[in-house]
Amino acid sequence: MIQKVKMWAKSFTLFELFKGLGITWRNMWRKKITVQYPEEETPVSFRFRGVLALRRYPNGEERCIACKLCEAVCPALAITIESEPRADGTRRTTRYDIDAFKCINCGFCEEACPVDSIVTVPESHYHMEERGENIMTKEKLLAIGDMFEEKIAKAKKLDSEYR
Amino acid sequence: MIELLVQAEPLFIDVLKILAILIPLLVCVAFLPLAERKILAYIQGRIGPNRVGPFGFFQPLADALKLLVKELILPAASNKVLFSIAPIVTLAPALAAWAVIPFDEGIVLADVNAGLLYLFAMTSLGVYGMLIAGWSSNSKYAFFGAMRGAAQTVSYEIAMGFALVGVVMSADSLNLTTMVMKQSGGIWHWYVVPMLPLFVVYFISAVAETNRTPFDIAECEAEIVAGYHVEYSGIAFALFFLAEYANIMLVSAIAVLLFWGGWLSPFQGIPLLEQTFSWVPGFCWFFAKTAFFVFVFIWMRGTFPRYRYDQLMRLGWKVLIPVTIVWIVLIGFAIELHLPPWYV
Ligand code: SF4
Ligand code: SF4
Repeated sequence: MIQKVKMWAKSFTLFELFKGLGITWRNMWRKKITVQYPEEETPVSFRFRGVLALRRYPNGEERCIACKLCEAVCPALAITIESEPRADGTRRTTRYDIDAFKCINCGFCEEACPVDSIVTVPESHYHMEERGENIMTKEKLLAIGDMFEEKIAKAKKLDSEYR
Repeated sequence: MIELLVQAEPLFIDVLKILAILIPLLVCVAFLPLAERKILAYIQGRIGPNRVGPFGFFQPLADALKLLVKELILPAASNKVLFSIAPIVTLAPALAAWAVIPFDEGIVLADVNAGLLYLFAMTSLGVYGMLIAGWSSNSKYAFFGAMRGAAQTVSYEIAMGFALVGVVMSADSLNLTTMVMKQSGGIWHWYVVPMLPLFVVYFISAVAETNRTPFDIAECEAEIVAGYHVEYSGIAFALFFLAEYANIMLVSAIAVLLFWGGWLSPFQGIPLLEQTFSWVPGFCWFFAKTAFFVFVFIWMRGTFPRYRYDQLMRLGWKVLIPVTIVWIVLIGFAIELHLPPWYV
């Protein structure tokens, strides 16, 4: 009985509605959490798996030895590799294509690679403008690797602590 | 030529008066969505539009331009005539109703005797636009929206009407200016004091009438996409939007006139404060009060979740109407007993 009266009093004084309004009122004066994107950015983890790249050794030699582990592990079947012995007798890829549309940025290739050749760069600002650009050729991947080498090295160093 | 102008002069002046009301009104209506977006953003911890001009001030212009250049799509299965007139039928009453709203003592376009009745008729007409829009679109979602909206508006109109009956009884008049003048003499003379429950009922019904959250089941993005105006695009859609905001301002203005003393200063009858604020013109108080209630509308939208349909009907029929009827009876007694200070 008392419960019922209480409930009636509560609903007729609109108690809970005013409480709700009070909460939103307080929120109105709270600090805003908007990140103004092009000017500001949220911090990105060094483990962020963004654009793919192929790395080189400091002497300029490409790292990839065409072991095809990445091709085998890729769950999206995004990597296509063809290889041949090079003039100096080492095994090298003649074709190393990643279909960026198939790739799910899982990073398995990076994990599988014995020589740290294929990597995912913590970089999300990239795009394609034309059809066909989604096929990242060896040259393109190497170029990306050259471009972001510093970033990749830093990310690898930070990550090595947890391996 | 001159004779012609003189003959036409009363008409000319009337047109000028109409423009003097309509233009500021439409400017307010255009900037209200911006205010709404800002306030909702602030409630949700965001900044809101801030790219077009300082604080996003020119956002409404950009939106209007966008809507104007967009294609008007007439659905093939729709009833073309009704489909085209529906936005106009929705917007026109929302604007026409402002003809009887007194902004200050004597500043009113048409000081009609039955002003409140006219207002009531106009706000009720808006639902026809909604019904026509929903029906003529020939889309199930639009139809659902229109049906819900119509049922809701009809049920809440009763509660709203009863709430207003209380004011009519107290003021002994249907003229809006008289109603406000009867409330003069101080903040405790305002009708909201003896009729707080009626005001609450009126405000709830007003939210329902304008199809705003928490009673926006006629739009209900989550269930029926956008309700009755789902098939509309471009400027026709914008007209529905304008009508919605014009209606919000209208019902807020009515609330202020009937319950909160219209253009009367809240410091009336308080010795020192009255002199201090006597320089503020009446319509400023009117606008400030109206703006506050418009803000409450938006504030409520940012706070409450949507009512379920059956809850909405229950609230309208089983709670609001009985409350108003009881309170009307009480007011009847108060008037008979000449309860001061309102019913002397
Ligand atoms: S990130 Fe994953 S999906 Fe993409 S290429 Fe490497 S293994 Fe394949
Ligand atoms: S990128 Fe690494 S895993 Fe893939 S083929 Fe080359 S060396 Fe092997």
